[in-house]
Amino acid sequence: MTTWTIDGVREALAAKKVSARELAADFYKRIAERNPELNAYLMLSEERAYAQADRIDALVASGKPLPELAGVPIAIKDVISTKSVRTTCGSKILEHYVPPYDATAVERLEAAGAVILGKTNCDEFAMGSSNENSAYGPVRNPEATDRVPGGSSGGSAAAVAAGLAVASLGTDTGGSIRQPGSFCGIPAMMGSYGRVSRYGLIAFASSLDRIGPFATNARDVAATLKVIAGRDSNDSTSTTAPVPDYVTAMERPVKGMRVGIPKEYFGEGMDDGVRKKIEAGIELLKKMGCQLQEIHMAHTDYAIATYYIIATAEASSNLARYDGVRYGLRVDDSSLLAMYCKTRGAGFGAEVKRRIVLGTYVLSAGYYDAYYLKGQKVRALIAQDFRDAFTKVDVIVTPTSPVPAFKLGERTADPLQMYLADIYTVTGSLAGVPGMSVPCGKICGKLPVGLQIFGPAFGEASVLQLAHAFEQAGGASL
Amino acid sequence: MKISREDVERVAELAYLDLTEAELESYRQQIDDILEYIGKLDELDTTNVAPMAQVLADDQTADATLREDVVVPCRVTPEILEQAPDPEPPYFRVPKVIER
Repeated sequence: MTTWTIDGVREALAAKKVSARELAADFYKRIAERNPELNAYLMLSEERAYAQADRIDALVASGKPLPELAGVPIAIKDVISTKSVRTTCGSKILEHYVPPYDATAVERLEAAGAVILGKTNCDEFAMGSSNENSAYGPVRNPEATDRVPGGSSGGSAAAVAAGLAVASLGTDTGGSIRQPGSFCGIPAMMGSYGRVSRYGLIAFASSLDRIGPFATNARDVAATLKVIAGRDSNDSTSTTAPVPDYVTAMERPVKGMRVGIPKEYFGEGMDDGVRKKIEAGIELLKKMGCQLQEIHMAHTDYAIATYYIIATAEASSNLARYDGVRYGLRVDDSSLLAMYCKTRGAGFGAEVKRRIVLGTYVLSAGYYDAYYLKGQKVRALIAQDFRDAFTKVDVIVTPTSPVPAFKLGERTADPLQMYLADIYTVTGSLAGVPGMSVPCGKICGKLPVGLQIFGPAFGEASVLQLAHAFEQAGGASL
Repeated sequence: MKISREDVERVAELAYLDLTEAELESYRQQIDDILEYIGKLDELDTTNVAPMAQVLADDQTADATLREDVVVPCRVTPEILEQAPDPEPPYFRVPKVIER
């Protein structure tokens, strides 16, 4: 099976070795073979994909220059709106929902020539760390099919890792891009808050949600991010900060780059296999000429508690929109109030309801100061830790997850244990900084480990630069 | 115990969420564990810390958050109503709210 890259696709199209239609058909064939086992795709958008492929093939025939992502087969997480293509958020409450418009990120991908193959499975409303909270069944990890792919963007990670898409979009609220990237052994990136428009991303926690790419190599992550990044007048939190050419910027040498290693990310609870691989990764960074520095990020230990106050509070508010009136499921009743309660009770899954209850509680009269306000204050301290660190170093390196992919069902009984799987990723989410997971070897040659790289706000280029150099130096096969 | 069964019932009511008996009890226990864990934030003195109500730095928000207040037509009413469980164009129909 050919592993396609973005440049590889464009070159093959230009040289007429393959047509965009043939390539899309080949990916649909792969999906037909492998998806019944993996459950990575929930929905295929063949009509739309072939229409786009034909447009690209017409461009090739006319001899006009091909756009950046010409003919590249891409998968989209099912919390991101796609016009006329059913978008369920992995939830029963949106089982039959067909968005009337495209998310800006999707629109930009297609404008750059990408072929949208379909929608990928995820935890319901992106709430989860294993993809087991999807109403449409779990996804299996292509690297070890008895294990989870991570979550919540498990389908987007598995699709790319299994060769069922060249790149994909996921969303990250507390680690939902980086952790599945780590579990499935592929690079995965969350840009800075404000870097990519959230227009059309169905909201979970608005101050934390971010769209970002998965691909098989850092270069393709950079190329995809470049296309989707930048100001969008439909999202007032998207910034006008210029979008650098990440693909060119990432080629800069990393010799002398100041890399901070926060000791708070190497405490108890880390799997020994993960620890060994990350230590080997850090050794490699040293050999590459990076200047390593031990740093302190004093409030790291408070990040999970802070995150689960803020994320659930925002979720309880965002998910109030599912009321059986404007879209989605309605469970009938003669009283409006009972209709609301029954619809929401029947339409949401267990984890979503748990978070709505927790989020409503931390915002409710008498508890707001003790929980929500306290959380917002600690969030400020965590963000300050990052700002302080970036006065001394260019990037920060940590493990992405304390554990490798775990077995299906292993952690579902205890929500708190599941939350703790996000211990190294939620910090960057709260601070708004960019973070990326890059492959850092496999435990016993089987279970992938991810190395996480954080950069300062809008410092994506430095993160990608180190990710690319690490990959070139053989980081994935440590 | 941080949260009682009555608290969970009250919050579910605020959130317009029907919960079964089994859900009420398991959520109470699980949320109690989570709140117990969240209690560790009390170790930090945050008296003089300003809450973080905005992710972007000030210099990134100035032009991002403000725009001219102009009316732009949005002609998607039929598509939007198509998604409603009980539409009566151009309205959404709901169960009767006001009793005579």
